[in-house]
Amino acid sequence: MMQDQETVLLQGHIIDSLILAKVLDTILMMGGTFDLQDMQIGKTREEPSRARIIVRASSAKLLSEIIHAIQPHGASVESERDCRLSAAPADGIFPDEFYATTHLPTQVRVHDQWVEVEGIEMDLGIRVDSVRLNARTVPMGEVKGGDQIVAGREGVRVIPLQRPRDRDVFSFMESQVSSERPHGHVISDIAKRLAQLRTGFREGKAGSKVLLAGGPAIVHAGGREALTWLIDETFIHVLFCGNALPAHDMEVDLYGTSLGYGHAAGRVVPHGHEHHLRTINRIRAIGSIEAAVRSGVIKTGIMAACVRRGVHVVMAGTIRDDGPLPGVITDSVEAQATMRRAIPGIGLALLVASTLHAVATGNLLPATIPSVCVDVNPAVPTKLADRGSFQAVGLVMDAASFLRELARELGWKP
Amino acid sequence: MSRLLVCPPDYFGIEYEINPWMRRSNAVNSDQAVRQWRHLMEVLEQDVGAVLERMKPVPGLPDLVFTANAGIVVGRKAVPSRFRYPERQREEAYFEDWFRGQGYEVVTLDPGRFFEGAGDLLGFPDTWFGGYRQRSDIRVFPTLSDWFHREIIPLELVDNRFYHLDTCLCPLSGGDLLYFPPAFDRYGREALAERIVPSRRLVVPEVEALRFACNAVCVGKHVVLPAGCPETEALLTSRGYLPHPVPLDEFMKSGGSAKCLTLALD
Repeated sequence: MMQDQETVLLQGHIIDSLILAKVLDTILMMGGTFDLQDMQIGKTREEPSRARIIVRASSAKLLSEIIHAIQPHGASVESERDCRLSAAPADGIFPDEFYATTHLPTQVRVHDQWVEVEGIEMDLGIRVDSVRLNARTVPMGEVKGGDQIVAGREGVRVIPLQRPRDRDVFSFMESQVSSERPHGHVISDIAKRLAQLRTGFREGKAGSKVLLAGGPAIVHAGGREALTWLIDETFIHVLFCGNALPAHDMEVDLYGTSLGYGHAAGRVVPHGHEHHLRTINRIRAIGSIEAAVRSGVIKTGIMAACVRRGVHVVMAGTIRDDGPLPGVITDSVEAQATMRRAIPGIGLALLVASTLHAVATGNLLPATIPSVCVDVNPAVPTKLADRGSFQAVGLVMDAASFLRELARELGWKP
Repeated sequence: MSRLLVCPPDYFGIEYEINPWMRRSNAVNSDQAVRQWRHLMEVLEQDVGAVLERMKPVPGLPDLVFTANAGIVVGRKAVPSRFRYPERQREEAYFEDWFRGQGYEVVTLDPGRFFEGAGDLLGFPDTWFGGYRQRSDIRVFPTLSDWFHREIIPLELVDNRFYHLDTCLCPLSGGDLLYFPPAFDRYGREALAERIVPSRRLVVPEVEALRFACNAVCVGKHVVLPAGCPETEALLTSRGYLPHPVPLDEFMKSGGSAKCLTLALD
């Protein structure tokens, strides 16, 4: 929930007189919240203390009532300036000193009003339409010459995340990344979230979609059935992947192997290395994954479930791809833009067994969206979990074990 | 030796209503007011041994008699008041002239920052208390604290009958405090309790607080207070003070008593 906020200053002998306590109590009693910033306590009895307080409220009206109530106790609203705007010198180039976004909710001051920046994502610029009082993030590549871009830090404020209300694994700041900790309770909490989000999704509630970004290890390691079940049960609504995950998933359906390894046989089969190429070739001949599923060529697995359940799939290619499969976006800027468009409405992101897609997705997500990163390589969850978010959970474990345990928690019976 | 600024009540009367005590219909008996004021001066000069500096009264300024609101004086530095109500703002120039005429270094607050002098700022030698919300603006205290190098604990005045701090709180020379706790909120009462041990806190009963028992002038062991406050007198006596009750009911019609009629100069 977005909140209105104002910064106030309080100074004098505010500690012993309990004036600070009174102001903070007043804010809370009226239904607001606060962050104490830059508290300077006088070193002697004569020396005054100073507090900079960010006051937040659920509406502009309540905020103004709170400010009105604390002003007689000496709280003065910090004078604030509009953000500085600078024109982009050419297409695809930000002005010098452009403000680079974080993944935290951000507001910019335009004509003395704080305006919410839309589409928050890290490492972008902010484009302001000062006539419509509208601010939106813009990637470097999409900026147009003459666009008004926020420059410097004045008139920009970043709003720290509120600690989430739910008392589950996401509400504790510990971004646990360890192969030596039990995963059971973490997976159980994730399962509860998935169940809640599915209910919300069915009721049409905003922010109830679940995104899974995954790599082919899901298939190789034996997580395919569990993930298929999760998709069939409508726990997953958006899938980000590359060329390999769908290729090997469909290879299993057509040949019973992934990367030539026979799933039933438990060994490498002769000429198995050709199977994924033959799979890709087959799908290319049919024209699309969807057509392959609808025509009955592909009957089981992750992609079949995605087609059946209408999951929004974004496939982003890389330079090592074979084929690629039809639908794989080979222009990486276009792929990034397509992924970005799929982010609104996401309420939870599962980043499973793919360094490339996990990091790319992590960069696109605002800090307000809880994320779970699962990888056998601790470097990946560490990179993603260490983003200053209350809600990033890292699990060092194998993708198949994670998905199977998660599905079992939700009622899957293999 | 204590010097006090006073102003004879030649033009004292109720000409407007800016506190709950003032009623224009409740006319002042001028002769009686003059008698009461002179009696107070006698007690201050003869019994207490204070030296009085008399200001010249000004026609049309009925409240100039309440010199506690002239400003605040420490050593040779004076900060004149900035009154909240326009009715009393006209007094500012006269008080300021008096300070300048006497050779004080006059330091002035920004316009628009209300401060009603010693009526809202009083205390012990090292810690002062600042009354705010009714008349003075809390924002003046950090400035005054800086100018006078004193800690100032702001106290919110929550009952408009006690519209100045000196109507409900009186620090005494021995470190005791005469006060009426319900005039403050919980935070103010706690702040006072933190500073002053219970044995030194002398709580005035409501009936006497409403007679402005706290509006007392303390010089050494002498405490001059309005008449009709026997329990307060007993409290003072029990702590070794010498109470001097003076009838001042004509000035109560305007919401003022002994302390309001004087300003401590040094």
